[in-house]
Amino acid sequence: MLLLIKYTLLYGIVLMLVALGGMFSEHSGIINIALEGIMVIGGVAGVLALTLLPASMPAWMIVVVSILAAAVAGMVYSLLLAFASINLKADQTIGGTALNLLATAVAVVLSKYFSESGSAKLNYSNRPFLFNIGGLELSVFVPLGLVLLVISFVVMYKTRLGLRLRACGEHPQAAASVGINVYKMRYTGVLISGALGAIGGMAYIVPPVQTWNFEVGVAGAGFLALAVMIFGQWKPFHIFGAAMFFAVFKSLANIADSTFLANLGWSSNIYNMMPFIASMIILAFTSKNSMAPKAEGIPYDKGSR
Amino acid sequence: MSGSMDKKKMLSRSGTGRSAFVSVLAALLCILIGLVCGYLVLLAINAEHAWADGFVRILKGGFYDAPYGVGRTLANAAPLVMTGLSVAFAFKTGLFNIGAAGQYTLGAYGALYCAIVLHLPWYVGLIASAVLGGLWGAIPGLFKAYLNINEVITSIMFNWIGLYLVNEIIYGNGTGVMYDSRNTRTWNLRRMEGAEGVTIPDFGLNDMFQTNSTTIAIFLSIVVAILIWVILDKTTFGYELKAVGLNKHAARYAGINEKKNLVLSMVIAGALAGFGAGLYYLSGVSEWNPLNSTTLPAMGFNGISVALLASSNPIGTIFSALFISHITVGGSFLSTRYYPTEVADLISGIIIYLCAFSMLFRGKIAKLLSGGKRADKSGEKEG
Repeated sequence: MLLLIKYTLLYGIVLMLVALGGMFSEHSGIINIALEGIMVIGGVAGVLALTLLPASMPAWMIVVVSILAAAVAGMVYSLLLAFASINLKADQTIGGTALNLLATAVAVVLSKYFSESGSAKLNYSNRPFLFNIGGLELSVFVPLGLVLLVISFVVMYKTRLGLRLRACGEHPQAAASVGINVYKMRYTGVLISGALGAIGGMAYIVPPVQTWNFEVGVAGAGFLALAVMIFGQWKPFHIFGAAMFFAVFKSLANIADSTFLANLGWSSNIYNMMPFIASMIILAFTSKNSMAPKAEGIPYDKGSR
Repeated sequence: MSGSMDKKKMLSRSGTGRSAFVSVLAALLCILIGLVCGYLVLLAINAEHAWADGFVRILKGGFYDAPYGVGRTLANAAPLVMTGLSVAFAFKTGLFNIGAAGQYTLGAYGALYCAIVLHLPWYVGLIASAVLGGLWGAIPGLFKAYLNINEVITSIMFNWIGLYLVNEIIYGNGTGVMYDSRNTRTWNLRRMEGAEGVTIPDFGLNDMFQTNSTTIAIFLSIVVAILIWVILDKTTFGYELKAVGLNKHAARYAGINEKKNLVLSMVIAGALAGFGAGLYYLSGVSEWNPLNSTTLPAMGFNGISVALLASSNPIGTIFSALFISHITVGGSFLSTRYYPTEVADLISGIIIYLCAFSMLFRGKIAKLLSGGKRADKSGEKEG
């Protein structure tokens, strides 16, 4: 049971962070399908920082620096999406897909360049990231994620920035008419999503294992986070709940072999399939009253009405 | 998700020779920039060997080790043409088929089941792969038509569901009939007993290229590409499909059953991707690995690159698939001592990213061609 809670928290926080990232981007009006790629970039940047930082550094500093490295890398990478979809008015879905494909290639080339063995596997120590509460081993990403969740809520609903951001996703022309710089707001939204997505990518890779093969990327977690965001109706606390719901299934796959579930004789493939099937069923029921930002996916054109 | 603008650009493509010319120029420009970026990456990794051992090998592609390499390029290009067609066909009808990878997975299962378990001749396997691919494509179509859920999100979900499902059936806890536990892959079609005629015939191509997997698959894919071009541009059916993509309300007003057409487009797109998997696996290029449940077949996503590079033109997909296959094979000839083979993926990734806003290039080129006097209005707007 403890194991189940542990995995659910670990994986749920990942999904939540990435989905929150998607939320910021979509509220500003940009569909961020590149979250999967941003996670990979954040993961490779964070892990590289971990391997390159001197071991003599205090543990807390290693944690802070490597997470910052991931966040910055994610923001830089998300600039590519912002530039293509805001300035060049490219199709956001296609641009995002291209960035997903590019991210894996970038990560593999980078990791092969830096790894001693010449393979895409990087070894690192995850000790600085883990701590214990009453026998429950957790990563620093859990408290960090909860803090970021509260901050996200405050920013989105209690600040001027959040209000402006949402205005740009609902009706950019109206927002512009009251003096809001739509381009700037959309850049802000995408950049925040880059940072959150990248931290999520690192949170996916670092805590559970000490070595990662970047050829596998993040195995669809970014896409699942998109479903979490839709299921969470683009609202921070709903997203938290949705993320935990999805994470339970994923944890079942992880512990299926070692617990009472083994008696059922289901393979991990079946458990892995569950969150995706569940998300489709939920989408089918909730699609009629979707709370999606109205102007998402539509490039902002100053001249159009 | 995608605005009306996007649909317009997908449709305006079929037009005149000049617009096709501009599209080709824009694609070449994307390729050029992508290659330059790739060269810079090679320089950054190892400047000393970047030209002769790096860039030249990628450019030469299969010709670096001809005729074997060329055979490999052709064998890999055949399924790419199909997944490219799948994505391009959906684009033309206003849909973004990101689910080609999942449809390809199901297609692979269909083909392998017919070959390994039923020992059926190759053409039956190909049909089975197309049918299963089409079925998998129908799901996002139905979700879109009747529940108004965006096909992108459904396709992504069913990509993974398909992958886990197929892996589960083939692997069967290590006891699956199609699973060769010694190689941790499905049975090798060429070394399997009682398997005469399950692989696609090569008519001497294998001897010519000194390979064992270069079959007539590439010609089959070209035939299908031409067929798709005819359907889209020369038939009422294709016209209806495109009309729904352009504006489904107007299409309904004109008496077109937009729901039926939407589902049909996805079925055809799925069948094309599934057929591609059939071409690949029944040529025996490689075997399915059911233990790999973390990555979807790259062929499906590369289909998006192929379609974008070809501006969704069915005939264009033949050439862009050959190109993508060419540099991927070229990448595999890179000396791993100096460079990771994924540099080729990096180049094609950059090229697709550029393609995503190649409308902009297109507008600029069109303007240049017309002497800057009369800006190509449509090209401008599409950007």
